[in-house]
Amino acid sequence: MSETLPTAAPDRAADLPAQSPPVDPAETAAAGEKVAHGGATGRRLSWWSGDNGEGARRNLGLIGVLLVLVVIGAITRSDLYSNPDWVWDNTLTILKLASVVGVVTVGMTFVIIGGGIDLSVGAIVALAGVWCTTVATQNFGAGGMIFTALTVGLAVGIVNGVLISYGRLVPFIATLAMLVAARGLAAEISDKQTQISDNQFINGIASNSLLGIPLLVYILAAVVAAGWVLLNRTTFGRRTVAVGGNPEAARLAGINVKRHTLMLYGLSGLCCGIAAVMLTAQANSAQAAMANLYELDAIAAAIIGGTLLSGGRGTIIGSLLGVIIFSTITNLFAINGLSTEAQNMVKGGIIVAAVLVQQVQFRSFTQFLGRNRLTT
Amino acid sequence: MTQHSRDLSRRRLLFGGAAVGAGVLLAGCTSNEETPTEAQTKAAAPGGNAEPGERVVIGFSAPAADHGWIAAITNNAKAQAGAFSDVEFKTVEAGADAAAQRAALSTLISQKPNVIVLLPHDGKELNAFGLEAMKAGIPVVNLDRAFPDPKAYRLQIKGDNYGMGVAAATYMIEQFKAKGISNPVIGEIAGIDALELTQERSKGFADTLAQAGFKVENRRAAQFTADSGQQEATGLFQAVPKLDAVWNHDDDQGIGVLAAVNQTNRKEFFMVGGAGSKKAMEDIQADNTVLKATVTYSPSMASSAISLARLIGQKKGMSDLVELQVPKEIILASETITKDNAAEYLKLGF
Repeated sequence: MSETLPTAAPDRAADLPAQSPPVDPAETAAAGEKVAHGGATGRRLSWWSGDNGEGARRNLGLIGVLLVLVVIGAITRSDLYSNPDWVWDNTLTILKLASVVGVVTVGMTFVIIGGGIDLSVGAIVALAGVWCTTVATQNFGAGGMIFTALTVGLAVGIVNGVLISYGRLVPFIATLAMLVAARGLAAEISDKQTQISDNQFINGIASNSLLGIPLLVYILAAVVAAGWVLLNRTTFGRRTVAVGGNPEAARLAGINVKRHTLMLYGLSGLCCGIAAVMLTAQANSAQAAMANLYELDAIAAAIIGGTLLSGGRGTIIGSLLGVIIFSTITNLFAINGLSTEAQNMVKGGIIVAAVLVQQVQFRSFTQFLGRNRLTT
Repeated sequence: MTQHSRDLSRRRLLFGGAAVGAGVLLAGCTSNEETPTEAQTKAAAPGGNAEPGERVVIGFSAPAADHGWIAAITNNAKAQAGAFSDVEFKTVEAGADAAAQRAALSTLISQKPNVIVLLPHDGKELNAFGLEAMKAGIPVVNLDRAFPDPKAYRLQIKGDNYGMGVAAATYMIEQFKAKGISNPVIGEIAGIDALELTQERSKGFADTLAQAGFKVENRRAAQFTADSGQQEATGLFQAVPKLDAVWNHDDDQGIGVLAAVNQTNRKEFFMVGGAGSKKAMEDIQADNTVLKATVTYSPSMASSAISLARLIGQKKGMSDLVELQVPKEIILASETITKDNAAEYLKLGF
């Protein structure tokens, strides 16, 4: 029995806090990456040219894109933008529009950083939404509905996780299968009907505000904040980066990669459960076809936010900005009365541009500037 | 360490127990027992065509789409077939797309039904199937989505999409006249834009408005789902700070549009719906939302299709017509339901 041996089992060691003698494996992995990237220059670089500032620079770029979009809106509909009340109201509308996909994207960001992909998020939102609006569930009141949505989301996410980490299915296939199956189950439960939510508390989540800010925006903020802390300030977040960056190294360093992967999909499922409550509240109803193609919206938002599709890198703030950029585009097209087709083409273009920028990378650009003595 | 592992097992037991408990609780929550919407059938009146006649086997296929309207189509067909003692009803799932439906239909042909009633995923894509069945001597009744080739069907029964747009616009124009609005701001929330039916509806709407000198200020296309309706409606309200009227193509999607109306507190306009769902009719009757009318596209056509398929199988005509056979094409008129006649139409709501 390993319990009697003086050296604890590897995954136990990983449970210890980071300052204990066995060095936190994720720290090592992250440090290793640092050496591989910026270490060659041998000096500490400032945030705009160093590797540590990569995320911050990228986010600044996204905020720049956002500003450009707002300026375009202000030029094309100057009649609306001249009214400050409308501008404030419109900002809240954009954030409300971003809230549901935003929550899904936080979970998706974790999964992608951890080296996976979750194609089933839209289907999980639909299943959780349908399940929590059945007549039987609505009898339990708002508490029962929220509990059902969260539990269904978490459970489906865990099934995904078990299939991927212990069943050794490729994430793409496992979650694709779940996409089809969960929508099928949702259609079965709802009997293909639109289920109306009569619960005033649930519907109120979308219509009520606190201090002038809609509840949906608070929920988004809370989930983003929790996601940021989890990713940047906890062992769980460090391990996620390590597992995604190099699973074999992470395993050798003592991380229980399988269990960790399982938890990542569970987390994504839980986020979908939260999103299901929000979307049900917004639409006052749920049906099997809802949250259509949310998986693509979430993946696209994470990627333009700088999350590496192969795992090991990504930020929550970047993903949030990605979602807000998409909902700002949707809003921009709506207020100008332009068609959805044109909007989809622009969105596609932006995704391609974002990935191209990822390949070029800011670092090589600053190196180019440095070579030409344009910067210090 | 032993202490630790005991803790672990206790924790596992707790987690396991909680998981099983939650599972049982959730499984109980899938129940959807509610008073079922009454299917739209026509009771067999004594005498004439309703008298039991020659036995007819009717094969039926409709897409398994996640929409109340399609669900009502299937339910109505089943219920109407059940109302006849001389009809045997064979249904095949149409699957997710035209290819799957074609495969399902070929198994149906091999069962040699007397008549096939079919709501195709896409009339153009299943045209070849219609030709094949007709050639094999099985009359085909096309429900709602037309085959381009007239040889591919014996009977075509469908709703009037262009007419829906006309009806919605006509109602609006009347209202504007009554209210003395000379320069109305009109919004439109369409369904899936890629579908021909959506384009026809929008065309009927725009054409009729144009005759009165009006135009659509902003048009958003949703996806026939409540959540997309809510999103597009929010966008529309944001774009047009003051509206006089909105036409929403679909009542299921309208649940979301009405949710957006509540969330944004916009009450200055009136709304016209489409399709004629039970919920919409109830809302119109109660007259406490912006929804003041809806133009029908009734799934009752499925019940009529089964009745007519039976007559075709028995080689009878429609008793009120002089002709000895069932006509080749029937297009239902789109009717306008308002507060005044909602009670009458409620039984046709789905």
